[in-house]
Amino acid sequence: MRDIQKEYFGNRVLKGVSIRVEPGKIYSIVGENGAGKSTLMNILFGMPVIHNTGGFSGEILMDGNPVRISSPQDAVDLGIGMVHQEFMLLPGFSIAENIKLNREITFPNMVSRLFGSRLQSLDIPAMRRDSRKALDRLGLSTLDEMLPVAGLPVGYMQFVEIAREIDKEKTKILVLDEPTAVLTESEAEVLLATMRRLAGEGISILFITHRLDEVLAVSEDITVLRDGEQVATLKTGEASVSRLAELMVGRKLEAVGCDACAPSPKGDKTLLKIEDLRVDMPGERVRGLDLDVYEGEILGVGGLAGHGKIGIANGVLGMYPAEGKLILDGKELPLNNALEALRSGMAFVSEDRRGVGLLLDESIETNMTVTAMQCQEKFLRRMGISLADGGAIRRHALKMIRDLDIRCTGPEQIVRRLSGGNQQKVCIAKAITLEPRLIFVSEPTRGIDVGAKKIVLDLLVRLNREMGVTVVITSSELAELRSICDRIAIIYNGKLEGVLPPDASDVDFGLLMAGEMSHSRKEAS
Amino acid sequence: MTSAQETRTTQNAVPPIPPTKKKFELAYALRSNAVPLFFLVICVIGAYYSGLSLPFLLNEIVVRMARNSFLVISLIIPILAGMGLNFGIVLGAMAGQFAYFATVNWQIAGLWGFTLTCLLSFPLAVFFGWLTGKLFNSAKGKEMITGIILGFFANGVYQLINLYFMGNLIPIRVPEMLIPGGYGLRNTVDLKIMHYALDNLWKVRISIPGSIMPIVVPVVTIAVIALLCVGMHFLFKTKLGQEFRATGQNRHIAEVSGIQVDKIRILAIIFSTVLAAWGQIIFLQNIGNMNTYGAHVQVGTFAVAAILIGGASVSKATIGQALMGTLLFHTMFIVSPLAGKNLLGNVQVGEYFRVFVTYGVIGVALALHAWQGKAKRKT
Amino acid sequence: MADLENNGLPRESMGERIREVVKDFGIPRFIILGFLILLIVAAKVLGLSMPQLLGSILTRFGMNGILVLAMIPAIQSGTGPNFVLPLGITCGIVAMTLSIELDMTGLSAFLFSAGFGALLAGIAGYFYGVFQNKVKGQEMTVGTYVGFSVVSLMCIFWTLVPFKSPEMIWPYGGSGLRVTITLEKRFAGVLDNLFSFDVMGVTVPTGLLLFFALFCVLTWLYMRSKSGIAMMMVGSNPRFAESAGLNVNRLRVLGSVLSQMLAAVGIVVYAESYGFLQLYMGPLFMAFFAVASILIGGASLKRATVTHAVIGTFLFQSILVVSMPVANLVVADNLADVVRIIISNGIILYALTRKEAGVDVR
Repeated sequence: MRDIQKEYFGNRVLKGVSIRVEPGKIYSIVGENGAGKSTLMNILFGMPVIHNTGGFSGEILMDGNPVRISSPQDAVDLGIGMVHQEFMLLPGFSIAENIKLNREITFPNMVSRLFGSRLQSLDIPAMRRDSRKALDRLGLSTLDEMLPVAGLPVGYMQFVEIAREIDKEKTKILVLDEPTAVLTESEAEVLLATMRRLAGEGISILFITHRLDEVLAVSEDITVLRDGEQVATLKTGEASVSRLAELMVGRKLEAVGCDACAPSPKGDKTLLKIEDLRVDMPGERVRGLDLDVYEGEILGVGGLAGHGKIGIANGVLGMYPAEGKLILDGKELPLNNALEALRSGMAFVSEDRRGVGLLLDESIETNMTVTAMQCQEKFLRRMGISLADGGAIRRHALKMIRDLDIRCTGPEQIVRRLSGGNQQKVCIAKAITLEPRLIFVSEPTRGIDVGAKKIVLDLLVRLNREMGVTVVITSSELAELRSICDRIAIIYNGKLEGVLPPDASDVDFGLLMAGEMSHSRKEAS
Repeated sequence: MTSAQETRTTQNAVPPIPPTKKKFELAYALRSNAVPLFFLVICVIGAYYSGLSLPFLLNEIVVRMARNSFLVISLIIPILAGMGLNFGIVLGAMAGQFAYFATVNWQIAGLWGFTLTCLLSFPLAVFFGWLTGKLFNSAKGKEMITGIILGFFANGVYQLINLYFMGNLIPIRVPEMLIPGGYGLRNTVDLKIMHYALDNLWKVRISIPGSIMPIVVPVVTIAVIALLCVGMHFLFKTKLGQEFRATGQNRHIAEVSGIQVDKIRILAIIFSTVLAAWGQIIFLQNIGNMNTYGAHVQVGTFAVAAILIGGASVSKATIGQALMGTLLFHTMFIVSPLAGKNLLGNVQVGEYFRVFVTYGVIGVALALHAWQGKAKRKT
Repeated sequence: MADLENNGLPRESMGERIREVVKDFGIPRFIILGFLILLIVAAKVLGLSMPQLLGSILTRFGMNGILVLAMIPAIQSGTGPNFVLPLGITCGIVAMTLSIELDMTGLSAFLFSAGFGALLAGIAGYFYGVFQNKVKGQEMTVGTYVGFSVVSLMCIFWTLVPFKSPEMIWPYGGSGLRVTITLEKRFAGVLDNLFSFDVMGVTVPTGLLLFFALFCVLTWLYMRSKSGIAMMMVGSNPRFAESAGLNVNRLRVLGSVLSQMLAAVGIVVYAESYGFLQLYMGPLFMAFFAVASILIGGASLKRATVTHAVIGTFLFQSILVVSMPVANLVVADNLADVVRIIISNGIILYALTRKEAGVDVR
């Protein structure tokens, strides 16, 4: 693949990525979520989502010849097999039926001669034979190919997916997208061994992951993607876990600093104490977090995707089931109660702007004010029953639009029509309307273009300096955390790995994000 | 460790799958067939209290199964293709009825008339099925309510055509078909020239000792149904059948695997509509006359209720369930009024009871489907 | 579809505004409006009595309005149009038969029926709401069949209920109530005729319209109240509502309760104006006409306002009223019935197949 560029909604998701894969070699691609790994693979596999959003630029060459891949079928015909992150198995079908999905072996019969090849009968014995061969190649000789997929343990499902790809005779390249994400350690080891064996048979493997130790264990070449850019291509010999982590999170060239930054009014008083927090948020589980938030500070929360940093705020503000202890200003706060959290002076700007943060089909003024209306009784006129106070809502919305410089046609405009950056400002306005003491902001600049990013971050700093609000920012972009935070906490594997000042070295950050502390602690014991 | 040892230990690290136990325990069998068993009990109680003689009852059951099974079986393909209960088979019934209007108009009798009716209904049913399929594709996830409303809508259009266009825009030769006034079909269209066209081909009489009435079995009709069952069985062992099932399990995965999901869905509805058309034609040749404005209306509701009573669900159905359901549903239909009269002194109650059960069964099945869907999404 | 950050235009241009209004209003609604205008012109041309038509329109408008208002709490709370309307309607009918059995007349009979019916409907709506929370995603389909089941179950009830009032039971013995019961001596017309006056030959059923207006105002006030806005939040985005501390399930139940209560009041008003009480299978298809009305008025499956209800009821009933005599003269009778079926179901089909932006397909 050469110089692949891809735009999504005016956001350049991939900015010129080139990869060369040789036969029989394992090639890894690492990067944070949002770095562009999945997009790159979607392009390679001709997924419909790419073509429905404007295609891509750049070229793909197989054996030196340029090829066009406009559908998954094209990719399969060219010998590219893909095992996706989400399982693509039909639970009601047997293993053999899944392996042979849409490539079933058939033989003609009376009816098909009259009405077309679609009505050819399935040759079940032949399908079983082929499936058996594929499974054996993976070392699964004891697995019965007629078992329904529905009851299989997760590790086996992964293997069935791989079996399906290698059953396709033309498969020359196998793409594995985060295959070990759902496996246990021992299952992952079996997978890695299988990958080595397949590579030995001449199949090239593209291994997408963010588990750095696995990358070092199996691959020969590694490409690091960050923010859609190809930051580095190394041979395994030149790489180490910390170097990779550093590359994945490293400093961007333009510092997103804050202008006129007065020193933050933080003291050493603890505003919020989080003890042994466990949050059941699928994909971002928190497994026992202890963290202190000082009054008046801007605290950053960083870490690799899937390690739980997003789960913290969601758990504290009642969006996902949580256990543990919260102490706000000396008083204990109940968990799993969004109302109480809001009423005690906390506010939340969710990472899922469109899904959770906004009522997309309502106006700007409605979005800004209804949360405060419901939990703080604001914007109401009491006349026997509490009616919405249209005038107060309008005035407040106009003020917010002015203060936050929201580009819109007016407070009545439907939020869906705004750009990402302006939508984010509406979400922040919604939080500010609650007049909180403590704001949790998750992924404040995700999906927003560069110009707006700076504005949003400046907003948060102003909130902290001018209004004395304590801010906790959770972000996968370490650079932005380092530019405005007083302290940065790194989360690894659902727990606090460490807290660093923003000017700590890249290596230190890299090590924490790769969990080196935990690893060395484990090795030591 | 050497690499051979490594491979062995890591392979042993993955837990082996326990061999599949043969799940034949009574409790399991009872639980998974709860619905048909429940209705079997109701039917038995109803049959007892209705006071009907066994030969009469058996005869009625045979007759009704022969004329209704085809319609119920037509629901299977859309269920397996993930489109839920196809309330749109009403359009198939209408296609069959339009075909009858033509053959009655041309006064073609007997088996020829019947066969011609089936042939004529085919292109019409394919067209209706295609329209319905396209509509369903625009309302993915809401196919069932769309089918219900489509049935009403189509009924309106059907009435428009038959009340106002028949006899003026569409010439009708047989004056008995039209209402006095020159245009508009009568409430009843007489099908006596094709009455029993299929049934009478070969009737076997089984006499029951101790009773005057023999049980009359229309063999050819049953053979046709059997042929349909064989056909369905065959279909699901072909590539097309596999595509139906894959689409039914997960549209997205099927699409990514290269199956043309939208086309398959439309094809499933076309199959269903055509079968429904022929099913209605078989039904009407047994009845002998057509309630022009009402014969098709309840087709969807009754067939859906029947297949659900047989134990099918919104996402899974077998031929056995369709047949069992037809048996139970129509038995209940026969015995309810008299059972109501004998138990509660009121025939009406019995009739209302069977209507209530019909609607209630569908409501319960739909609720269960939604509830299970929600539970599945949570895990 | 990203606006640029530096979108300098503070206002949309006139042309853009008009295009947006048209797009929001929808082509089918324009078709319906056009059809209505066509009918009115035809009526004029055929020399039909316009004042009589207008009077009929006003009456049917007031008569059906509250049943359409009942759609609003259901749609706003996110459960889709209320296809299980027959539940609340049945409660209203039970209250009315009770009022006859208790020998009530006039305005007090009307108010008793409406009030007691609303009470029963509230309770029924509560239990149904709890049930409905377990079938999220299929509320419309399940509701349709529960509605049908309720109507057929009530048929059994009407056949067995031990009421004695001679107006209701079959004259020559036999158990159960009659299918149609006249309300002439009870409360037929109490609203219609209240304060009614004639202007230019048109009989205006003032009481009826005032009563409908009252409920419109009440509904509007509720939708602007803290609770009504909470309900809107739940229907628009349940996760957003959760993040604001709202109890989604509780508000959905509240939506069900209010919807059924309005349905009960609505059927009492309907019967009062119509002059007859229809038992047994009468309410079977009433939900569909109310759903069609509110959709014609501009509502979607997720959003409905009082304005939608008012406009929709007016458009729908006008077409019915005007089409009947026009059809009788031009084509034949009974066309109106067929037209009603085609239009109402057609509009529901349109709403079902619209790609609602941002709604994930279940």
